[in-house]
Amino acid sequence: AEAAELRARLRSVKHTVLVLSGKGGVGKSTFSALLAHGLAADEAKQVALLDIDICGPSIPKMMGLEGEQVHQSGSGWSPVYVEENLGVMSVGFLLSSPDDAVIWRGPKKNGLIKQFLRDVDWGEIDYLIVDTPPGTSDEHLSIVQYLSAAHIDGAVIITTPQEVSLQDVRKEINFCHKVKLPVIGVVENMSGFICPKCKNESQIFPPTTGGAEKMCQNLNVSLLGKVPLDPQIGKSCDKGQSFLSEAPESPATTSYRNIIQRIQEYCDQHHFQEEKII
Amino acid sequence: LLSFLPERSNLAGVRHILLVLSGKGGVGKSTISTQLALSLRHSGKKVGILDVDLCGPSIPCMFRVQDNDVHQCDSGWVPVFVDQDKSISLMSIGFLLEKPDDAVVWRGPKKNALIKQFVADVAWGDLDFLIVDTPPGTSDEHISAVEALRPYKPLGAILVTTPQAVSVGDVRRELTFCKKTGLRVLGIVENMSGFVCPHCSECTNIFSKGGGEELAKHAGVPFLGSVPLDPQLSQSLEEGRDFIQEFPKSSAFPALTQIAQQILDGTLQRSS
Repeated sequence: AEAAELRARLRSVKHTVLVLSGKGGVGKSTFSALLAHGLAADEAKQVALLDIDICGPSIPKMMGLEGEQVHQSGSGWSPVYVEENLGVMSVGFLLSSPDDAVIWRGPKKNGLIKQFLRDVDWGEIDYLIVDTPPGTSDEHLSIVQYLSAAHIDGAVIITTPQEVSLQDVRKEINFCHKVKLPVIGVVENMSGFICPKCKNESQIFPPTTGGAEKMCQNLNVSLLGKVPLDPQIGKSCDKGQSFLSEAPESPATTSYRNIIQRIQEYCDQHHFQEEKII
Repeated sequence: LLSFLPERSNLAGVRHILLVLSGKGGVGKSTISTQLALSLRHSGKKVGILDVDLCGPSIPCMFRVQDNDVHQCDSGWVPVFVDQDKSISLMSIGFLLEKPDDAVVWRGPKKNALIKQFVADVAWGDLDFLIVDTPPGTSDEHISAVEALRPYKPLGAILVTTPQAVSVGDVRRELTFCKKTGLRVLGIVENMSGFVCPHCSECTNIFSKGGGEELAKHAGVPFLGSVPLDPQLSQSLEEGRDFIQEFPKSSAFPALTQIAQQILDGTLQRSS
């Protein structure tokens, strides 16, 4: 009965993309926010961004929605809208103070994630983007389990170039294989830094073992793109603005836009293939 | 006090226990844990690191001992020594995995059980410091580690953040966690605090500036210092090298050693 409830609620979602990483702090939320903005630039598309990082919900701040609260209606919880066609849900909206900590063990976190999927009135959505915390634990198992009632197009995996990140990301890719989650591809974030003054490049997070490129070759997954460090990215996230709009000329923006396009193409192909099978 | 603890526990020989926490991922908890251990070692201390990040255990690779196995003895598991010196010992799930790419896909209860074992069953012997490195968040691992360590009266926690608001936002929650669980906050470290270009010496605040210090002020806890982005530090971690020994002139060295000194000064104060 529960699965049926979820299926009914998620029937109106055309495409679902999970943003994952074994490693923390590589830019999952940053990427999720920009993916949402990028897809919602087409006003004809309806985009939903679901933040299931229960302990460290970054999405409200990054989307400029800090302090917003969730409203209930007859049809369920209303997402908080950034634009008319871009709605967001996060535990951040359920906390009354920025100091409030969510000190929950796994089962309680799972319960909230289920509620997010079952009780939020998303309406008809073209893209549901799910931002996750780092790791391969309760949140990840639960979201894959609950979303199996619908259909997940795949996962985008974020990493930084150094081995310390890659070793966690390989585990995440293994997790995807274990739970039969297709990997759309990998994004290498923080890929080099160009000094604004002398324009020389520094590898702050060095790809000592070949970076994401080598890992993708070895594991036979796509490298969707590499994004360089840009101080404006962090600033935009802190201000709750879209980096893509704030710094349209940045090489990082060009990279992000190319990656977003590849993800869109993947989803469209998928849809087409599904329709063919039917 | 010892009579309350069952037999002679494996932590009886450990003088000080401290946790390295952050609400936020990727800010440098494992980095700070390893550099703190190396700095304390250089001050003549014996240090252990307990890595309770079960999904993303970074500590073994940072000492280049990831291929080592864990052996058993009468009192439990023998920690892995970093070198012949035996002044730094480690325990991590990383040593228990058959293949390094194996994902640990466990729900909370299974994680909790292993963490309890890690706290009780590692034969550390005599240590000056046991540093407990944690994953990001305020969930199973943190609740279990603090509960299991409580009888041994940890010194407290170091909280790591990067300068920008998105990190500080999560670390505020971690401060609440410390308050609620009665864990003393030894101080806040601001990591990735600016990058000095090695070519032209221009400093760029890649991850913004000042958030860590402001948070410490706002929360009324000590600010332990700002550690800049240092490619030699990143490289050392990748190669499992002793950054404190090999790169004393590098940009992150002063801040890292000062953090260790403040911890040492703090323990001296407490015992006098």
